[in-house]
Amino acid sequence: MIERTPGFATLAVHAGSQPDPTTGARATPIYQTTSFVFDDVDHAASLFGLQTFGNIYTRIGNPTNAVLEERVAALEGGTAGLAVASGHAAQVLAMHILMTPGDELVASKKLYGGSINQFNHAFRNFGWNVVWADPDDMASFERAISPKTRAIFIESIANPGGIITDIEAVGNVARRAGVPLVVDNTLATPYLCRPIEHGADIVVHSLTKFLGGHGNSIGGLIVDAGTFNWSRAGRYPMLSEPRPEYQGIVLHETFGNFAFAIACRVLGLRDLGPALSPFNAFLILTGIETLPLRMQRHSDNAMAVAAWLADHGKVAWVSYPGLPGDRYHSLAKKYVPKGAGAVLTFGLKGGYDAGVKLVSNVKLFSHLANIGDTRSLIIHPASTTHRQLSDAQKVQAGAGPDVVRLSVGIEDVEDIVADLEQGLAAA
Amino acid sequence: MNHDRYDDVYIRGILNTVKTIAMVGVSANTSRPSYFVFKYLLERGYRMIPVNPGLAGQDLLGRAVRATLLDIPEPVDMVDVFRASQHVLAITEQALQMQPRPRVIWMQLGVRNDEAAALAEANGLKVVMNRCPKIEYGRLSSEISWMGVNSRTLSAKRAKPPGRGVQRMTLDRITMAGGATDAADRAGRRGGE
Repeated sequence: MIERTPGFATLAVHAGSQPDPTTGARATPIYQTTSFVFDDVDHAASLFGLQTFGNIYTRIGNPTNAVLEERVAALEGGTAGLAVASGHAAQVLAMHILMTPGDELVASKKLYGGSINQFNHAFRNFGWNVVWADPDDMASFERAISPKTRAIFIESIANPGGIITDIEAVGNVARRAGVPLVVDNTLATPYLCRPIEHGADIVVHSLTKFLGGHGNSIGGLIVDAGTFNWSRAGRYPMLSEPRPEYQGIVLHETFGNFAFAIACRVLGLRDLGPALSPFNAFLILTGIETLPLRMQRHSDNAMAVAAWLADHGKVAWVSYPGLPGDRYHSLAKKYVPKGAGAVLTFGLKGGYDAGVKLVSNVKLFSHLANIGDTRSLIIHPASTTHRQLSDAQKVQAGAGPDVVRLSVGIEDVEDIVADLEQGLAAA
Repeated sequence: MNHDRYDDVYIRGILNTVKTIAMVGVSANTSRPSYFVFKYLLERGYRMIPVNPGLAGQDLLGRAVRATLLDIPEPVDMVDVFRASQHVLAITEQALQMQPRPRVIWMQLGVRNDEAAALAEANGLKVVMNRCPKIEYGRLSSEISWMGVNSRTLSAKRAKPPGRGVQRMTLDRITMAGGATDAADRAGRRGGE
């Protein structure tokens, strides 16, 4: 008898959770505790020595967080996950395992602005040097590779420009260079795109956005694809060398195809400390149960809004890869066939002043600096997040004076369009 | 028998029925995976017999170490092989000389010998290759889920905790297959890269 493999929506509801063995509670309990008792000193020694599975202290692991970790790992088709306090924390922990001072990270220059800041400043302070490449020019990734390269980092759908990265092509560069491909899959979520199937070795998420989905909790997650051979070239000593903090065990040898996730936990989370609150894990888990329904609705609504905007007299251009004429449309058909997500940008013919008027006059859209809420969100980067830059810098960052970004919610699309219509009338 | 992918019911059937396990190639070094696995399976209630000619006559976690399988003075249900793939055929031939014969030859994660597997299967033994019984026990009992590992099992049935101890789960759990990942097999195939 061949065992049936459950579908995505079934995994979104069930993966990682089961009725509580002691109480029978069906929803995942919030294990709001710092610590867990040991059976005896030998049990404690086994736990601290990584010789058995179990919980010690919530900075290292927590049963509520573990359900979230397994859930997202299952949705991505990975071997294991690690939940942390934010998407930024996920990136720090992943790179902490891959990089030592002087090493290089090749990254797409089309990333979320917060990640560009983190790589340019915080990472450089650790001695991790970022080398930027252009996702519209695959040869730039090849040129960026050096003997010091330890990873390549891209976003599946880049925030905010509506750019679809050719994951397979970048994965081939990574394979030839013998380094892992790290993909931030926040904007797509595994419902729209599963990067591991296209060659990613590690997937990172900001759970804050569509996975949590309700704008109530900050969180991050690392998924280990289980595909990378950490021991082959000796470039990843955290995984391939005996660890003095664990009596000389070698993590890759001991944990096989989920060693990277374990390393992020027992060397990264344990020592750097950005643990996720179990309460946040519970809220995010509840959000994930409806991920397939929400992401389809987000994408359908965004597609309708993008098409409507493209025909509007005050709109100069719309960037949304779901639109047939978009430069990323063919990549969208390959990587996000069910829909291109909730986020789009467009330009106003009236420039800066029109952008300010639009965000001031909308009534349903919330004017704030986030994406991935059930609610429709709007921001005019030139007057807010990118205000401090010169006009030339704004344009280079995709935040020119005319640019407006939307994260289209799951409300009735007629109400979303009507709000934009009355807002644009004032712009 | 397809040795690239095992159904959970096959693995659970083995781990639920074997009681005595001889582990060939066990190490006394507490940082080695074979020591971890030996200790873990011992704590989960299996009668463990360490086999390693270099340690013969010593005790490992209170269990007498035997030089070879043929030196074990009691029946063995399963032989777990912690040796490189090229040694497995000879170990399997020795296992077939045991009286009574074991019912299962299990090769650890990263260990695969198709010739040995065919020989064992031709003699009516069950074979598992390139898997770790600790990981499989952890996966099917759901203990491994505490580490954020994708157990690839789903269940709406309450699992029964064992009678004693905390943070222990049993194999007495009803599950269906969970999220697929072929990473184990891919990693196995890529092993020589």
